[in-house]
Amino acid sequence: MDILTQFVVIPLLTITGIILVKDTRQVKMVSAIGMGLQLIMAGILLFLYVSARRAGNSAEMLFVKDIVWFKSLNIHYTVGVDGISVAMICLTSLVVFAGIFASWEVDFLRKEFFVSLILLATGVFGFFISIDLFTMFLFYELAVIPMYLLIGIWGSGPKEYAAMKLTLMLMGASALILVGILGIYFNSAPAGGQLTFNILDISKVKIPMSAQYLFFPLTFVGFGVLGALFPFHTWSPDGHSSAPTAVSMLHAGVLMKLGGYGAFRVAIFLMPEAVKELSWIFIILTSVSVIYGAFGAIVQKDLKYINAYSSVSHCGLVLFAILMLNQTAMTGAIIQMISHGLMTALFFALIGMIYGRTHTRMINEMGGLMKVIPFLSVCYVIAGLASLGLPGFSGFVAEMTIFVGAFQHPEIFYRVVTVIAASSIVITAVYILRVVAILLLGPATNEHFDHFTDAKWFEKVSVITLICFIALIGLAPFWLSSMIGSSLQPIMNKILALNPF
Amino acid sequence: MINLGYTIWIPLLPFLMFLLLGLAGHKLKHKLSGLLGTGGLAIITVLSYITAYKYFFTSEKIDGAYQKITAFNITWLQFTDKLHIDLGVLLDPISVMMLIVITTVSFMVHIYSLGYMKGEKGFERYFAFLSLFSFSMLGLVLATNIFQMYIFWELVGVSSYLLIGFYYQKPSAVSASKKAFIVTRFADLGFLIGILLLSFNTKTFDFITLTDPTGTAIAQGSGIVFMGLSVMTWSMIFVFMGGIGKSAMFPFHIWLPDAMEGPTPVSALIHAATMVVAGVYLIARMFPIYTFSAPVALEVVAYVGAFSSLFAAIIACTQTDIKRVLAYSTISQIGYMLLALGVSGYGGYEGLGYMASMFHLFAHAMFKALLFLGAGAIIHAVHSNYMTDMGGLRKYLPVTHMTFLIACLTIAGIPPLSGFFSKDEILAAALHSNKLLFAVEYAVAGLTAFYMFRIYFSIFWGKETQYHETPHEAPPTMTIPLIVLAIGSALSGLIPFNELVTSDGKAFESEIELLVAIPSVLIGLLGIGIAYVMYRKETTIPEKLAATFKYSYKWAYNKFYMDELYLFVTKKIIFKHISEPVAWFDRHIVDGTMNAIAYVTQSVSFRIRGLQSGQLQKYAYVFFTGAILLAILFIYLWK
Repeated sequence: MDILTQFVVIPLLTITGIILVKDTRQVKMVSAIGMGLQLIMAGILLFLYVSARRAGNSAEMLFVKDIVWFKSLNIHYTVGVDGISVAMICLTSLVVFAGIFASWEVDFLRKEFFVSLILLATGVFGFFISIDLFTMFLFYELAVIPMYLLIGIWGSGPKEYAAMKLTLMLMGASALILVGILGIYFNSAPAGGQLTFNILDISKVKIPMSAQYLFFPLTFVGFGVLGALFPFHTWSPDGHSSAPTAVSMLHAGVLMKLGGYGAFRVAIFLMPEAVKELSWIFIILTSVSVIYGAFGAIVQKDLKYINAYSSVSHCGLVLFAILMLNQTAMTGAIIQMISHGLMTALFFALIGMIYGRTHTRMINEMGGLMKVIPFLSVCYVIAGLASLGLPGFSGFVAEMTIFVGAFQHPEIFYRVVTVIAASSIVITAVYILRVVAILLLGPATNEHFDHFTDAKWFEKVSVITLICFIALIGLAPFWLSSMIGSSLQPIMNKILALNPF
Repeated sequence: MINLGYTIWIPLLPFLMFLLLGLAGHKLKHKLSGLLGTGGLAIITVLSYITAYKYFFTSEKIDGAYQKITAFNITWLQFTDKLHIDLGVLLDPISVMMLIVITTVSFMVHIYSLGYMKGEKGFERYFAFLSLFSFSMLGLVLATNIFQMYIFWELVGVSSYLLIGFYYQKPSAVSASKKAFIVTRFADLGFLIGILLLSFNTKTFDFITLTDPTGTAIAQGSGIVFMGLSVMTWSMIFVFMGGIGKSAMFPFHIWLPDAMEGPTPVSALIHAATMVVAGVYLIARMFPIYTFSAPVALEVVAYVGAFSSLFAAIIACTQTDIKRVLAYSTISQIGYMLLALGVSGYGGYEGLGYMASMFHLFAHAMFKALLFLGAGAIIHAVHSNYMTDMGGLRKYLPVTHMTFLIACLTIAGIPPLSGFFSKDEILAAALHSNKLLFAVEYAVAGLTAFYMFRIYFSIFWGKETQYHETPHEAPPTMTIPLIVLAIGSALSGLIPFNELVTSDGKAFESEIELLVAIPSVLIGLLGIGIAYVMYRKETTIPEKLAATFKYSYKWAYNKFYMDELYLFVTKKIIFKHISEPVAWFDRHIVDGTMNAIAYVTQSVSFRIRGLQSGQLQKYAYVFFTGAILLAILFIYLWK
């Protein structure tokens, strides 16, 4: 079996294993082993990818495997990866791995919980390895459905409402995406011949402009909903705050990246001419996302709401950067996806752990936690500093790559919006430090908190894994940046051919 | 070429120490972690002195000028072909001088802290943060390119945040640390925009390329004009904004007095000697660009410096918390340095201001660190920050008293102490370029002498205060650094800065100008004299004066209400009128629209679900009615 398909098979085997074991206590062991294996596989994939590139393999996608599974519509199961998908796969396996440990203490319907969680992960992995639009869409849907159950059953607060809202909005988005994908499919052979869903094949033809004008906005907005594009982001605060810890982690950490990745791989890559014409509209929307999300986060009182708005801001930056059609900014966008994925997963993990102890997420009901749970608090401060873009953590690398890249644009409009987007670094500092000050510092406000125990071993595994990688990217970004940069080269060549600067 | 590759260890060693103390510090004994931190600093202090010796006395000069040496450089992050962030070590006169300043003061502060922080909870955390700070500050001054400087600029900001908030259970410390970080962060946004503009026009981050007076980078971007100023000028003004924030110049000065919530040795190291002069260092580093292609920006520097120095000196005369007086004094003295840079030209005697600024930076680091550490010893003895709780301490704290007096005389510019030389050269440079600025600085010199001796007399002489427990002199770990720094601030006037640290690297002749020196000493003595009359013994003159100038005194005492202005802007405007409406808009309008769509769908389906009732008669009824209607339609209307 080829290495990429294993990324779908291992989770499925894990699910089978979970269903088969009798004792529910073994469920989490099976999940941990399965996802640990997946993490190792991701490491191996990264190694194989890098050594293949070193060896001089310059194909656009590596490890390509192609099986026809629906002949009459020419739908294939085609998988293949470039540096960007490898990076996203590594991110996903990290977040899933950390997520398993963060949900170590789920007791209610444990078996079903882990099955749904890993099913969700399967969908995400499948999405990132696919290069066939239809298969990609299929995996996307596979990821969205378990989300409904996970929030609706294991969530907290108004969970049915939140689950329904999130699912409906994402379903609405998939409707747009489906129309977009079909539109691309029917225009994939303008000169006549076999229609195709294969991204690489489509990228070699020029989709007629009239079709691009119609289908670019559809696909971009469709994926944009998932990437929290203003004004379609409102599922995010409700959804995140009601979801259980691991689901918030996976959702904000990985599923929102499906939006950015899809927008990039489908909307931008396949229809660059329309992007060039229409990007200004979306650039305005994404700049609004960046600033608006940050301002929205300042006055929130619920920890998860703060993070949800912060995600709107950070993910807005991803979409903002890929619209710049500039290699540096796009590299930044991909790094930002990874960086935000890790950081926000860390945040949600910590919030879950704090909630597990205090049973509240309202910051004004807590205070002085640094004294009672120092390990978690220090990790929270680290997450906060990473999130506000401190050098030495991944956020700084991502943001600076985006700003420097976007600022090289020859047109002044793009440079002005870059400055506007860059001003979010100040607002981010305001809301992060506000939370840190209220939640962690100051005198301990509640004597019930005094008996809290600090992080348990599985919580430490979850948190330390994430922090290590955030710091790794932050300290030595060169390899990641150049891996992504060289994968962007063929894509940029296509764009530069029509948009030279 | 001399081999200076080892200099990379100067910043790296404190970083390793930070990791060690940060990760394993809680397992170590308190004493051991303190000694480890101090030991690391001792090693790099020695390395720095060796480097300074090698650089100034053995390195090869070309055409009589010290060369910029890139001792180490690696690419850290590649943006485009031309734009990349490097991390490395750049040695030139100012960075080597800064190495000496930082390691000396930091080493002294480490030793002092061993005594001062003894028994404090979080002792190892304190030393870990100090190491982090030393690493960041050294990385900043050794930066080979502007982006490296920005990276370490942010890192010193966060170390400052962590150290101000060291007593994290104290609400005032928490809010002070938050304020410091956010205010400087806002200024750093300006710095970032400046870097972006600069890199867009010159396509490089590298300092050597950027500041080469004969290079192409300087000529670029000056052609494009925006709102009457060239793009280069704009970018340098933005870059300077970062400097205003970090160096606590008006209007971003408000964080510095609050930052005194941190432990006193931290104030000495970060908020007096090193980090706050980063703004001055930044301008000095980019000086050729300022002077050749952005002279207007340089004028801005001069005026901001002059205004801040006057403004802060006035406030300093009214404060009663000794650390705050010293904080305002720091602002005032940094204003001096910026003014000196602002009036300076390039090369030879033209560059007098540049040299004087660096000279004053050096001298100030010594005497201000000394003042803060002395203040720490006083606070340690009487357990209060307020001058009103002190008096007559000369009997109890002889060493502190003597060293504090030396520092006060130095800052007042009394010969032959170092402050006299550096201040005199600044005034001379100002006199040659701008009479107004000279007059301002001349007045500030008098004010400085006055407020310093105001606190000196109030603490060590003045009224005989009764203390609960007799104040006693600090332990030797604290007094030895005081003595070392006192020697440093007294004697550093002998260092020939005009030969070592100049704008173009070449030595030039500079003499004491008696025309400037004599009046400046006189006004210093006048300030001391007034302070003597008012505070030597307990008198009612201060109250009378305060009552006479009631309103102006009140304004100055309340720091011209700058804090209130900031609170108004943040709480009332940003929180109340931006953030809350945004949050409301999001929940009610944007989300409301989404919910309304759902609601409409739901209610419409409620209305029409009656059609799917499952009753056969009803279906038949609808079917026949429809069929008849259609039949009528076809027969009569469709001809």
